[in-house]
Amino acid sequence: MDTEILARIQFAFTIAFHYIYPPLSIGIGLIMVITEGLYLKTGNKHYEVLTRFWLKIFAITFGIGVATGIIMEFEFGTNWAVYSRYVGDIFGSALAAEGLFAFSLESTFLGILLFGWNRVSPKVHFISAIGVFLGSMFSAVWIVVANSWQQTPAGYHIVGEGLNARAEVTDFWAMVFNPSSVDRIIHVWQGAFLAGAFLVLSVHAYYLLKGRYVEISKKAFKIALGVATIISLTQLVSGHSSADGVAENQPAKLAAMEGHYDKSAPANLYLFGWVDNKNQDVTGIALPGGLSFLVHQDFEAPITGLNAFPVEDRPGQVNAVFQFYHIMISIGMFFIALTLYASYLWWRGQLFDKIWLLQIFTFSVILPQIANQLGWFAAEMGRQPWIVYGHLRTSQGFSQEVSSNQILFSLILFLVIYSILFLLFLYSMNKKIKNGPYDEAKNPLEII
Amino acid sequence: MGHMETFLGIDYPTLWYLVVGLLFSGYAILEGFDYGAGAWHLFLRKDLSRRIAINAIGPLWDANQVWLVIGGGALFAGFPVMYATMLSSMYIPFMLFLMLLVLRSSAIKFRSAEEMKWWRKTWDIIYFTSNVLIAFLLGVVLGNVLQGFEIGENFSYKGGIFFAFLSPYALMTGFTTLSLFMTQGAIFLLLKTEGRLHARLTLLLKKGMIFFITSFAITSLYTLVFLPGVTDKFKEQPVFFILPILAFLAVANVPRLVSKKKYFNALVFSSLTMSFLLMLVAFQLYPVLLPSTIDPKYSVTIHNAASSQKSLGIMLTIVVIGAPLLAGYFLFLYKTFHGKVKLDDTSY
Repeated sequence: MDTEILARIQFAFTIAFHYIYPPLSIGIGLIMVITEGLYLKTGNKHYEVLTRFWLKIFAITFGIGVATGIIMEFEFGTNWAVYSRYVGDIFGSALAAEGLFAFSLESTFLGILLFGWNRVSPKVHFISAIGVFLGSMFSAVWIVVANSWQQTPAGYHIVGEGLNARAEVTDFWAMVFNPSSVDRIIHVWQGAFLAGAFLVLSVHAYYLLKGRYVEISKKAFKIALGVATIISLTQLVSGHSSADGVAENQPAKLAAMEGHYDKSAPANLYLFGWVDNKNQDVTGIALPGGLSFLVHQDFEAPITGLNAFPVEDRPGQVNAVFQFYHIMISIGMFFIALTLYASYLWWRGQLFDKIWLLQIFTFSVILPQIANQLGWFAAEMGRQPWIVYGHLRTSQGFSQEVSSNQILFSLILFLVIYSILFLLFLYSMNKKIKNGPYDEAKNPLEII
Repeated sequence: MGHMETFLGIDYPTLWYLVVGLLFSGYAILEGFDYGAGAWHLFLRKDLSRRIAINAIGPLWDANQVWLVIGGGALFAGFPVMYATMLSSMYIPFMLFLMLLVLRSSAIKFRSAEEMKWWRKTWDIIYFTSNVLIAFLLGVVLGNVLQGFEIGENFSYKGGIFFAFLSPYALMTGFTTLSLFMTQGAIFLLLKTEGRLHARLTLLLKKGMIFFITSFAITSLYTLVFLPGVTDKFKEQPVFFILPILAFLAVANVPRLVSKKKYFNALVFSSLTMSFLLMLVAFQLYPVLLPSTIDPKYSVTIHNAASSQKSLGIMLTIVVIGAPLLAGYFLFLYKTFHGKVKLDDTSY
C-alpha cells in the first residue's frame, strides 16, 4: 500500500480511538461538577457518594484520553511533515495555547481531584473539579479551532512556493474565530456532554433495573436526564448553524452530505438513502427541496452541487459522507424523542415506572459514541481532497521521507496496543460499575 | 529575511529558542524523576515498596507530563520546520517513544487494580521496561540531534530509516540520559519514602551515581574527540567553559547533600546538573537546531525553521500570560502533596 493511504489509515485509527475518551471526560466532568456542587450546597452525602463514584470512572477515561492524545500531538510531525511545516505558523499557536491554558489546568488539578480528598478542604476540592472540567473544555476549544482553520482558513496569507509554501498568520483573532470555529466548538462540546450524560443514564438505569443503589441512582439519573434533554434540543440548533456554515464555506462538503450532484438546482433533504457515486444517483426517502429550504428558507432555491467542482476537487467518498452524516442526524433526532418522552414521564412522576425505557437507556450509551465518531468522519472526509481547504491537498501533506514499511510497523503496533488498551478499558469500567459506588451489604445507605 | 522584531535586544527566534529550552529542561527535571523512579521499579523487591514508589509520583506525573505537551507544542509552534523534520526523520524512535508512553500510563493506572500475582508482575515488567526505554530513547534522540542528520534540500531526510538512529554516539547519550534520570529518580524516591525502603534506595542511588559518572565521562570524551565543531565552539567563546564546570560542581554536591539527608537540596542540585548539561547542548547547537551532515547549508536553524515574526510575537504573549498560571498550578499541587507517601483508598 502507498504511504499516503497508510498515513491516513493510521491517523484515522489513532484519532478515532482517542476520540472515545475526551468527550466522555468532558461529559462526566460536567455531571461531577454538578453532583459535587450539590453536595457542597446541600450537605447530602448521596451526592458525595455519586461524585466519588463518577470520579473513579472519570479517572479511567481521562487517563486513556491523555495517553492517546499525546500521540496525536506528535503524529502531525511524524506522518504529516509537509503539512506541519505548512500550517505550523498557525496551527502551532493554537496547540501552544492548548498546552499552556488548558492542558496544564486540567492535568495539575487532576492530581488534587483524584488524590486530594484528605489533603484539601471540600471547597478546594470542588474548585479543583471545576478546574479540571474547564481545562478539558478549553482543550476542546483550541483543538477544534485548529481543525476549523483547516476547514475554513482565515486570518492568514500564503508565503513561498512549492514545498516551501506555508501559511502565516496575519490576524490572530480572525484565525481563532474563523468562520466555522464557534459553531463547531459548541457542537463538539454538546456531543461531549451527551456522551457523558448518556453514560451516567446508562449505568444508573442498569442499577435501577437491578434494584441496586436505587436512591442515589434516581438522583443521578434525573441530573443526567436534565443535561441530556437540554443538550439534545440545543444540539439541533448548533448542528443546523454548523450546516449553514458548511453551505456557505464548504459547498462541496454540503453537496456530498446530501448526495447533491446538479451544478445548481434545488436540493433534497434525505431521511435515509444510498448514493451511487458512479451514476450520480441517490436512492432513498427525501423531502424534495428540503435542503434548499434549510439553507435558504425556499424549497426552490438552487444549491451548488458536486458537478460544479472539478472531479479532483470533490470528496472521493460521497456515499460514506452521506451515510455518516445521516446516521449522526438520526441519532440526534432519536435523542430528542427519547429525552423529551422521559422528561414528560418525570413531570408526570412516572419516570422510573417503565422497565423498557430504562432498558433503552441502558443500551443507549453507545449512540453518542457512534454519533460523535461518524460526525467527525463526515466532517473530515467531506473536507477531502484538501488537508487545508482550498490550499493544500492531503496527497501533498504527508511525510515524503517516511516509508510505507515504517508506517506499517507503527500501525500494527498501534493496533495491538490499542486493542489491549480498549479491553482493559472495558474490563475496568465493567468492574467499577459491577462493584458500584459502595458496598451495599456492608454499608446501608442510611449510615453513609 | 526582513525586519527582525526584538525584545530586550534579543530577536524573537532566539527568545523562542530559550522558551523551548526552558520547557525541555522542565520536562527533563520533572519527568526525569518520574521516569527515573520507574527505572528502579524492578530493583524494589516487595509489592508494597513498588506501590509506594508508584504513588510517590501518583498525583504528580500527569501534571509533569504537561511539560512534554507544552514543549512539543512550543517546538511545533515556533519552529515548525524543526518539529516536522526531526519527527519524520526519527520516525521509528519517536513512534516507539510514544507507544512506550501509552504503556507506561497504562501500567500506572492498571497495575494495582488487581491482586493477582501474574497481573502485577506483568505490569511491573511493562512499567520498568517502558520507563527505562523512554529515558534511553530521549537520550538517543538527543545524541542524533547533536551528531546531525543526513538532511538534503527542502529539509528532506536522506538517511537510513529503521536502525540508523542507533549510532554508537546515540547509544552513549542514551545511557547517559538514563543514568541521569535514574539518579534524579532515586533522590526523588528518597524524599518520598521512609524505613527499609528508604535505606535500600540510599544504596541504589550510589549505584545510580556511579552509572551516571561512568557514562557521562565516556560520552564527554567521545564528544570532544569525535564530534567536529565542539572544541571550536569553546575556542570561540571560552566563557562557556563555565557550563561543564558548573555541571560537574552540581553533580559533585549531590552525594554530600544525600549523606546529610538533605534530599530536597540534593534533588535541586541534580536538577541543576540537568539544566547545565542542556544549556551546554543549547550552546553547542545555537543557532542551529538540527545540523545537516550532508552540507551545513541544509541545516535546520532557528532562522529558517522559525514561524513568522507575527506568530512568534503572539506566542511570546501567550507564554507571558500562561507561564505564571502554570507556575501557580504547580506550586499549589506540589504543596498539597508535600511529604512522605501515605497510601489510602484512593491510591494506585
